[in-house]
Amino acid sequence: MATDGLHENETLASLKSEAESLKGKLEEERAKLHDVELHQVAERVEALGQFVMKTRRTLKGHGNKVLCMDWCKDKRRIVSSSQDGKVIVWDSFTTNKEHAVTMPCTWVMACAYAPSGCAIACGGLDNKCSVYPLTFDKNENMAAKKKSVAMHTNYLSACSFTNSDMQILTASGDGTCALWDVESGQLLQSFHGHGADVLCLDLAPSETGNTFVSGGCDKKAMVWDMRSGQCVQAFETHESDINSVRYYPSGDAFASGSDDATCRLYDLRADREVAIYSKESIIFGASSVDFSLSGRLLFAGYNDYTINVWDVLKGSRVSILFGHENRVSTLRVSPDGTAFCSGSWDHTLRVWA
Amino acid sequence: MAAGPAPHGGHRRAQRPHLSKMERMVVSMQDPDQGVKMRSQRLLVTVIPHAVTGNDVMEWLIQKYCITEAEALHLGTLLVRHGYLYPLRDPCHLELRLDETPYRFQVRLNWEQTPYFWMSTLWPAAELDYAIYLAKKNIRKRGGLVDHEKEHYDQLHRKISHTWDLVVMQAREQLRAAKQRRKGDRLVIACQEQTYWLVNRPPPGVPSVLEQGPQWGSCTAGRVQMPTGPFQTKTVDFYRREVECLRKALGRARVKSSVCLEAYLKFSSQRGPHDPIMSGCLPSNPWVTDNDTYWAMNAPSAAVPTRLRVEQWAFSFRELLEDPVGRAHFMDFLRKEFSGENLSFWEACEELRHGGQAQVPALVDAVYQQFLAPGAARWVNIDSRTMERTLVGLGRPHRHVLDDAQLHIYMLMKKDSYPRFLKSDLYKDLLAEAVVPPETKRRVFPFMRKPRHSSPSPALLPASASGEPSGGDGEA
Repeated sequence: MATDGLHENETLASLKSEAESLKGKLEEERAKLHDVELHQVAERVEALGQFVMKTRRTLKGHGNKVLCMDWCKDKRRIVSSSQDGKVIVWDSFTTNKEHAVTMPCTWVMACAYAPSGCAIACGGLDNKCSVYPLTFDKNENMAAKKKSVAMHTNYLSACSFTNSDMQILTASGDGTCALWDVESGQLLQSFHGHGADVLCLDLAPSETGNTFVSGGCDKKAMVWDMRSGQCVQAFETHESDINSVRYYPSGDAFASGSDDATCRLYDLRADREVAIYSKESIIFGASSVDFSLSGRLLFAGYNDYTINVWDVLKGSRVSILFGHENRVSTLRVSPDGTAFCSGSWDHTLRVWA
Repeated sequence: MAAGPAPHGGHRRAQRPHLSKMERMVVSMQDPDQGVKMRSQRLLVTVIPHAVTGNDVMEWLIQKYCITEAEALHLGTLLVRHGYLYPLRDPCHLELRLDETPYRFQVRLNWEQTPYFWMSTLWPAAELDYAIYLAKKNIRKRGGLVDHEKEHYDQLHRKISHTWDLVVMQAREQLRAAKQRRKGDRLVIACQEQTYWLVNRPPPGVPSVLEQGPQWGSCTAGRVQMPTGPFQTKTVDFYRREVECLRKALGRARVKSSVCLEAYLKFSSQRGPHDPIMSGCLPSNPWVTDNDTYWAMNAPSAAVPTRLRVEQWAFSFRELLEDPVGRAHFMDFLRKEFSGENLSFWEACEELRHGGQAQVPALVDAVYQQFLAPGAARWVNIDSRTMERTLVGLGRPHRHVLDDAQLHIYMLMKKDSYPRFLKSDLYKDLLAEAVVPPETKRRVFPFMRKPRHSSPSPALLPASASGEPSGGDGEA
C-alpha cells in the first residue's frame, strides 16, 4: 500500500526538485513588481516623538512561567496560562483574580477568551483544546463543565475563537491547524502543509472573514482559506522558527516574530516580505508581536527579557522596555488599543500604557 | 571532568540561533584591534592577563551597536549569565559589575587546558561532573557548599552511591593536579569552573538560561525522510501539496509594492488620532489615570457615541458594521430606504457561518423561508445566477451554502447604501451631536489615588445583554 502513493514518472526526488524550482520561479515573479522599499516611501512620514510607556499593572499569582494570554472584549479582563497548568482570569484593571482552574497537564501554551466573555479555551501538552464556561456560582467547580473540543496528536501551541463562541481554530506541534465546532467537538476543517510544528496563528480582520495565517518551526508563514482548507499564500524568508504572527489592522499584511531575532512584515497583495525589523544588538528570538491600533507601532517581546517597540513604517526601533526578569513569552495589545499586556517566564504579567 | 571530547555540537547550535550570534559577538569583542580594551589585572598577589572590566565591556557595546547604557548593561549581563564572560572575583552571582571586577572571556574549545567552554558546544553537563565538582568544593573547604549545593550533593550521593569512591578519587586527583599549576592559572580555572556550574546548575530563584519550551525535540510532521516504508506516502503527499500550492501561487495576481506601501501610510495617518498609544485618548487613558470614564463613554451600547467613534464609521464599511451603535444607525437608515432586509439577511448569514454545527440545517431553512423563497416576507434581491447557485446548494445545506448570496448583498450595501449613508443627514447629525470629552489630567498627588472601579464580568450578564450586537430591526 505504501508504494501506492507514487504515480508514474514521479519520484520523491523529482517532487522535491520540482518544488524547489517552483519556489525559485515564485521569488522571481514576486521581485518583478517590487519597485520601492517601505522605508523609502516612509521618508516623508513625520518621525515619532518621545516615547514613554510604563508598566501600569503587574499581575502576580502564577506560580510558574506564564506562557500565553488573551484579552476579553471588555478591554480589561484577561486570561493567562502557565507551565504549571494554572489558567487564571483577571480583571487586570483592578488586578483581581476572578477565576482560576488547574489543567490536568503542564505547559498550557495556549489560551483564548471567547468573544462573549463567557468562556475561555486552553490547552498544551495534553494535545487538546478545552473550553471552560466561566461561572461565578460558588458551588460549581469550573472544571466540572469543561468541554474537550480539539484533539491533536501533539501539543497544542495556539488557539483562537473565530467570530463567535461556537468555533475554535487550533495550531499544534503535530504540524497541522484545525477548525472545530465547540458544541460537538466535530472537526470542521483541517489545514495541512507545514513541514514541522505550527507555533502560532492569527485570524484575518477581513470583510469576508475567511482566512487566517499560521507560523511554524519550518520557518514558513502560511495563509489559509478556512472554507476549503487550502493554503492560499506562503512565505519562507525567516531563518528560524516563527513564534508569532499577527495581522496588520487593515488585514492587508501581517507581521511575524522569529527565533532569528527579527520581526518581518509581509504584504498580502504584493505577495512578499516588505520589511525586516532587526538590530545588531538584538540577538535573542522574538516570541510574540502585536500592532498598535493604527498599525504604526509594532510591539515585540523577546527571549532576552525585553520588549522592543518598532516604527512599522520607518523600520527603526523606537524604544526598548525593560522590566521582566525572564523571557517575554506572550504579548497582546488590548482590544481598544489603550495598553498592551506582556506575560513572562518570570511568572508575572505586566500591562503597559 | 568525565572523559570524552564534546560530541558534535552542530545539531544543538542549529536549534539555538541566539547562541551563534552571541558567539560572533564575543569573538569580535576579543579582536586584538577592534575588540574590548584588555588589561592585566592585579588580583591579590597574582597578575591575570587579558582581563576586561564591566565598564570596558559596556563602552564597547555602546560604541559598536549604538545603544544606550541601559541596553549595553543588559546585553553584557546576558553574556555573563550565559557563561561567555566570567568574573575573576567572587563568581557567586553572574552579573556585569561596573566596578573594578575583572572579567575574562570563556574559551571556545580548548580541551587540554580547560574543559569549560562555550555553551553551544557543551554536552549536557553530566551528573558525574557535577558530583566531582561538588566533592572538590567539599574537600577543599569543610562547609564550603551552600544550601542548594548541599542538597544536590546529598541527592547525587544517594543516586550514584555505587561509584562514589570514583567521584572522590577523581576529585582528589583534580585538586592535586590543580596545586601543581601556577597560582594565576589556578585562580582562572577555578573561576571558570564556578561560572560553568552557575550557568548549568543555577541556584534557586535564578532563571536558568538553558531552559527551552516543549517544541524543542518533538517535531513530527513531514520531517521523516525514509526512502521506503510507511512514512513515504506521507512525505509524498507533503511535497505534492507544496507543489500544488506553489503552482497556484505563481498564477496569483500581484499588486505593485509602491501601491501597497502607500496604503500603509494612508491607513496609519488616518488611524493615528484613533490610536490611544499614539495620540492619547479623551478624557484620559484608564491605565494611566486609573479613571475608567473612557470605557464608560465608549461602551458597546453607549447612548451618545464619541466624535472619534462616529468618524470611524466612515473609514470602512466593515468598521461601521462591527460597531453595534453604528450598525443600529445604519439599519435605521436602510429602513427609511426600505432595504433593511439586506442587513438582516447579512446578519442571518453571519449567524449561520459562525454558529454551531447542529444549528446549520434549521438556520439554512429559516433564512431561505424568510429571505430567499419566492414570495418571502423579506425577500432580498440577488442576481439570478447567484440565486440559482444558492438554490442548488440548499439541497445539501452546510454553513457556507449562503456565502455567495451573502457576499452579493454585502457588496450591494457597501457600494450603494453605505456611501449614501455617509452623505445622509442622519449621519451628519450624528457627527454634530457626538461627544468630545474634555481631557482629565493625571492627578499630581499620588496619595489621592482614586479607587479603581470594578466592572461586572461579561460572564455575569444575561445572555441577551452580552457583547453580541442585536440584529433585529424591530419589524414585525
